[in-house]
Amino acid sequence: MILAYIQNFNGKFKKASYEIASYASAVAKMAGTSVLGVVLGSVAEDDIKGLEKYGVEKLIHIENANLTPFDPKVYSHVIAQIAEKNDITGFVFTNNNEGRAIAPRIAARFKAGIVSAVTQLPDSLSPLTITKKVFTGKAFAKTVVKSDKFVLTLFQNSYGLVENPVSMSVESMDIDVPAPAIKVLEQNVDTSGKIPLTEAELVVSGGRGMKGPEYWGPLEEFASLIGAATACSRPVADEGWRPASEHVGQTGKIIAPTVYFALGISGAIQHLGGVSNSKYIVAINIDKDAPIFEAADYGIVGDVHKLLPQMIEAYKKMKAAEN
Amino acid sequence: MKILVLISNVPDTTTKVKFKDNEFDKTGVQWIINPWDELALTRALELKKAAAGKIEKVAVAMVAEKDGEPTIRKALAMGADEAIRVDTKPKDSYSVAAELAEALKDQDFDLILVGLESSDYNGLSVGAMLAELMGINSVSAVSGIDLDGDKLIVKREIDGGYEKLDVQMPFVAVVQKGIAIVPLIPNMRGIMQAKRKPINVVAAQNIEPLVEMVEYELPKPKPPVKLVETAEELINLLHIEAKVL
Repeated sequence: MILAYIQNFNGKFKKASYEIASYASAVAKMAGTSVLGVVLGSVAEDDIKGLEKYGVEKLIHIENANLTPFDPKVYSHVIAQIAEKNDITGFVFTNNNEGRAIAPRIAARFKAGIVSAVTQLPDSLSPLTITKKVFTGKAFAKTVVKSDKFVLTLFQNSYGLVENPVSMSVESMDIDVPAPAIKVLEQNVDTSGKIPLTEAELVVSGGRGMKGPEYWGPLEEFASLIGAATACSRPVADEGWRPASEHVGQTGKIIAPTVYFALGISGAIQHLGGVSNSKYIVAINIDKDAPIFEAADYGIVGDVHKLLPQMIEAYKKMKAAEN
Repeated sequence: MKILVLISNVPDTTTKVKFKDNEFDKTGVQWIINPWDELALTRALELKKAAAGKIEKVAVAMVAEKDGEPTIRKALAMGADEAIRVDTKPKDSYSVAAELAEALKDQDFDLILVGLESSDYNGLSVGAMLAELMGINSVSAVSGIDLDGDKLIVKREIDGGYEKLDVQMPFVAVVQKGIAIVPLIPNMRGIMQAKRKPINVVAAQNIEPLVEMVEYELPKPKPPVKLVETAEELINLLHIEAKVL
């Protein structure tokens, strides 16, 4: 079976949870086997039920007080015990903070070859062969796993949701859950309801060409109008024009939205390293020779300050015509 | 307290990536400390300086053949006290982690720092793997480390925010953005001192890799950008042609 670690986001599932189920289901199909989902901690019942739509035939759901706070050593110990009692050939995790913390521990424990941040299905199985990006997107490598078991971490938003309705059995298991070695002293979570950058389908990002923090109003208005998250380039974050949490690029967040709007961003190679997994890149820059136009799919050579209000109007007009 | 920083030797991030005979073409490549590891080391050295006497030493460890030594010297010039080099070519995350686990068996580091990923093969795995092989704790997504008396306070990024943690030592911290802002630049004195600092070369166990990269390809040239004149044309293209708005 393929073990899918389905992440619990504070008692709920998010797109990433269903995406990993979808992906596991496709890998299992290639391997002629089925998906064993693993969920740790309590999750809304409707959310659990929703996994049926994405091909999870068997779900092991463990609830235990020792599962909070998140301790990667405890989590990997629990997942390993589940794997040992089932015939697991492959593990799949989401390549986010939590998945990246657990997956390598599982790989080391089972001496399973790990391929991280994959964006597609394996080319073939036995041996598992998969193509992944290397050199921060500057090349692709065909990667072969030589061990019997494999571990893959899936780049968030790269596979999407694929429905494959099945009927699912939910079981618990008698499992040893050691006490965590981590104590939370303080927690700070944004409850503004803003879309997290790494999950956003649409991202509107500003660079130095925006000229200063006081010009961000129209950018934010456009983003909120189309339901996008906001981001920025490194110099913008370094100058303090925008919070560091918005910085995308090789040394910031690495994202894969459907559309990435690069406004006043020249497109340095380090920046592109963080956004090259976007499906479409839309660039607006005053400099027609800016490297961003080599990476972009659509673009306008022009002044972003003039164009943003026009884009807001054009979008409103397009939506009005639609209704 | 003793801190170890795992470093790797990577091509300068502005390198134009080329392949020759299905291997990365090293001709004319400048080698640097992996940027994330460099920031991890910077933070370790900042802590040592700020809490005089609390941190006995900051060491670095690298799995590399002799040609990795200039990069190790750079880490020593930044201020690391000593270095361990496991003498083999790094193959995959597992073999690197397993070589390190063996080399560190008799060491007593309280904190092991490593950057989120290496900018070459983007493996993202060595830190947490090493923790599993050593049977110790690990924390990932670490964006800050501070000393509070004798205790380390670890800042971890979580979904939509962050938390501050007390983690039982010894542990591996996989660090990312925020850990330090600008890498420490070695000064002349540091560079001179680095020449006399010890690099302990450890024989490799020749652990077999579990993963192998068999073929490389450069991204296919993408179709040229479609340039339009007006905001309206752009919005309409995204709506009608790309169907994304």
